[in-house]
Amino acid sequence: MKNIVNTLLLLVIFSIVSLAQEKGSVFIQNATLMTITDGIIENGDVLIIDGVITGIGTNLSAPLGVKVVNGSGKYVMPGIIDAHSHLNTVSTNEARNPVTAEVTMEESINPNSVSIYRAIAGGVTSIHLMHGSANVIGGQGETLKLRYGVSQDEMRFRNAKRTIKFALGENPTRVHGQGNGIQPRTRMGVEQIIRSHFDEALDYKKKREAYLETKKVYEGDRRGRIVPPVPVAKNLRYDVLNDIIDGEILVHCHSYRADEILMLMRVFNDYGIKNYTFQHANEAFKVAPEIAKNGAYTSVFADWWAYKFEVYYSTAYNATILNENGVTNSINSDSNELIRHLNHEAAKTVRYGETSEADALKMITINPAMQLGIDKMVGSLEVGKHGDIAIWSGHPLSIYSKVQQTYIDGKKYFDMLTDPADMRIAVDSNDSYAEAEFNTFIKGREEDACMSDVFELIQH
Amino acid sequence: MKPIKWNLVLALLLIGSFTAQAQITGKPNFGKIAIVDATIHTVTKGTIENGVIRLDGEKIEYVGTDRSKVSDEYYIISASGKHVYPGFMDSGTSLGLVEVSAVAVTVDNREVGNMNPNMLAFTAFNPHSVSIPVTRVSGVTHVITAPQGGLVSGQAALMDLWGYSPDSMVIDVTAGMVLNWPTIRSRGRGPRNLEQAEKRYKEAIKNLNKWLDNARFYQQMMSEYDADASGKIKPEKNQQLQSMRALVEGETPLIIAVSSEKDILNAIEWASHEDNISLNIVFAGVEEGWRVAEQIAKAGIPCLVSTLYTPVRPYDHIHRPYENPSALMRAGVKVAIMTGEVENVRNLPFNAGYAAAYGMGTEEAIKAVTINPAEIFGVSNLLGSLEEGKQANLFISSGDPFEPLSQIEQVFIKGYQIPMDSRHTQLFEEFLDRDATQE
Repeated sequence: MKNIVNTLLLLVIFSIVSLAQEKGSVFIQNATLMTITDGIIENGDVLIIDGVITGIGTNLSAPLGVKVVNGSGKYVMPGIIDAHSHLNTVSTNEARNPVTAEVTMEESINPNSVSIYRAIAGGVTSIHLMHGSANVIGGQGETLKLRYGVSQDEMRFRNAKRTIKFALGENPTRVHGQGNGIQPRTRMGVEQIIRSHFDEALDYKKKREAYLETKKVYEGDRRGRIVPPVPVAKNLRYDVLNDIIDGEILVHCHSYRADEILMLMRVFNDYGIKNYTFQHANEAFKVAPEIAKNGAYTSVFADWWAYKFEVYYSTAYNATILNENGVTNSINSDSNELIRHLNHEAAKTVRYGETSEADALKMITINPAMQLGIDKMVGSLEVGKHGDIAIWSGHPLSIYSKVQQTYIDGKKYFDMLTDPADMRIAVDSNDSYAEAEFNTFIKGREEDACMSDVFELIQH
Repeated sequence: MKPIKWNLVLALLLIGSFTAQAQITGKPNFGKIAIVDATIHTVTKGTIENGVIRLDGEKIEYVGTDRSKVSDEYYIISASGKHVYPGFMDSGTSLGLVEVSAVAVTVDNREVGNMNPNMLAFTAFNPHSVSIPVTRVSGVTHVITAPQGGLVSGQAALMDLWGYSPDSMVIDVTAGMVLNWPTIRSRGRGPRNLEQAEKRYKEAIKNLNKWLDNARFYQQMMSEYDADASGKIKPEKNQQLQSMRALVEGETPLIIAVSSEKDILNAIEWASHEDNISLNIVFAGVEEGWRVAEQIAKAGIPCLVSTLYTPVRPYDHIHRPYENPSALMRAGVKVAIMTGEVENVRNLPFNAGYAAAYGMGTEEAIKAVTINPAEIFGVSNLLGSLEEGKQANLFISSGDPFEPLSQIEQVFIKGYQIPMDSRHTQLFEEFLDRDATQE
């Protein structure tokens, strides 16, 4: 008996320890601080205590025992946030139905993927791990902190808003219409899939609530005179759709063409849905005034275009046009390569249209944080925010600058000077080194990463 | 030619863009042009501060500091505080062969068949591809555009990016024969075990050797007939072998796409065989080149590499792709940087920028996109540096062209001061303030 109690006690202690998300303290002195929300501070100090930024300014001092980092000649900026990633998914697409709202990335996080380490080495501290774009209404996303070396659950960004992936255009019409001979095969079908499912969900909600109400009355009826109600079964998919309509879940919609962007805004206005983000949105620039008017966000590639037809009439000046029209835009990677240098991707907005350097940096920090509902916690150097930062050797928008250290919650997860080459957590016998396409030197691309797992399906 | 009134030209260009919808760009300036007060990065002859560069038609006629070399008849561009570089060359693309990768009918870089030495990228090169203006305004003035697929994909062409026909844009129709090195791999869609994989590899090499033997024989037979036809029956023409004659003579380079350590070593061993010594071999891709850099240097094989890919093996250091070019360079390999792209060849300066930042240094990385590829493809008499007598391929930049914060302000290709617009800039102009009306 005593043994059992001890074992239970140990289990409880163990679970508390393993659930705790480790926090650290660090003091960075005399660096150039890119605060994002409050300009640039020269010779500035950042103090992080127990995972939280407690001081930003000049001539600060740190409590005894806090590790001091000399930041002279270096730049400190908040950790980069990637609003569109499939970095460490176990699987990406549940592609057998145009609507799979009940599916979630929560159980599809691979915490051991070395790609996590490669991303933090590029100064990234948070990602939005997304379902793929095979379905009109795909699965729910998961916002992660890139704490490399912890469990699935510990990677999750606590108190981040819930999100879900929608997808318009070529991907869902190819997978379902062309691939399986069901709706949607066209952009007409895509709209009706969304409307009909929202209607069904609302109808379900009404019936389910009425049933629960009657059930309560029936159960309270002591005299047994009331006829038992016909049950309306709980439906997870419709519950999620109702949560979207109720504003509890932020929609991130894979989209390219201007007309389909307008379509979704019409639909969402009809159902009263606000606070959503158009992902990729290569043609968003054509309807920037409408997007701004609706208060929608965009999250775009810096320069990808022409690899498929729906991105043929697009421009690398997209981000600048959106920004100039008052749309809150972020630059995302959707790629395990681009995520290694999102600073450089953001810098391209300066090349293409002369976006200001300050706004370029916002597009990989505070703007994606707003799109994920985590901007009160991360995305800028502000007292009270999480200690998620990266130290750069030079200006973060310069191609010559390198990330030297990356901290999440004040704990150091990357150090360029001390980390060995092999940073795998687990050795996978299935690891082949054929990640790069071998023995062909023209790579090009035909797809966004959103379509992984579904190639088999659309072959037939 | 009189100096041009630029505001007039601009006005004309604007009118042009309203009236002529089909036209993608305006008209170039051409003739007697001089760029003055610039920092001129000649690449081969150092950097000239407050320099003068004079273009007469297609050629560079003067590079130096003497302002008196510029008379009134020149259209003068003052480039004070600006930098002038030779046009960049991307030695690995499919630009002009593919319009939209996912739309099969627009993909012309992959012919059916395993042995296609007679396929010419030049033939399928679309001079009106929307990607061409998008590329050239970034300072990339020349590309190797290559076919893909099979064992031998066909012949890559060296093209410049200004003109209305492949004929007016081509530098070399047969710039290189593309060979995709057969890999020994027992994963994925390939053979199930190593034994089977090795068997397949040996068969592929045997097949390749047989083709080369036949080509050598054909070349000998044809040259003998050409030299003296008397008393001989004219040999029957074979299209594939005919297209390999320059290859076996070492005139056309053999571009071997090869990536892994093992494959690179196999390719070096093959290249060192006495039958193949006369071949002019270039490696492309070479992602694991850093593992065997010494051997590649010893074999004297130049490499075409990029930097923007993920580390090849899960246990590779995070900076490996960025450091591969410098590792090769330090071992003594001649390195050219390429993108391997189609629509985003404009990222060549950034590929080179990462190489520069990770061990290569800016100066050497500039060479890797200018004089090095020009030498590798045997056109350094024409391209790759700012020297008198060379073709006028150059651009004016506001700063270091590897920096995304710099602007590429003006590009010249074979003397043409090209309009700096493309679909991307046109959409920008139209949609920045979409609902504005005429003032």
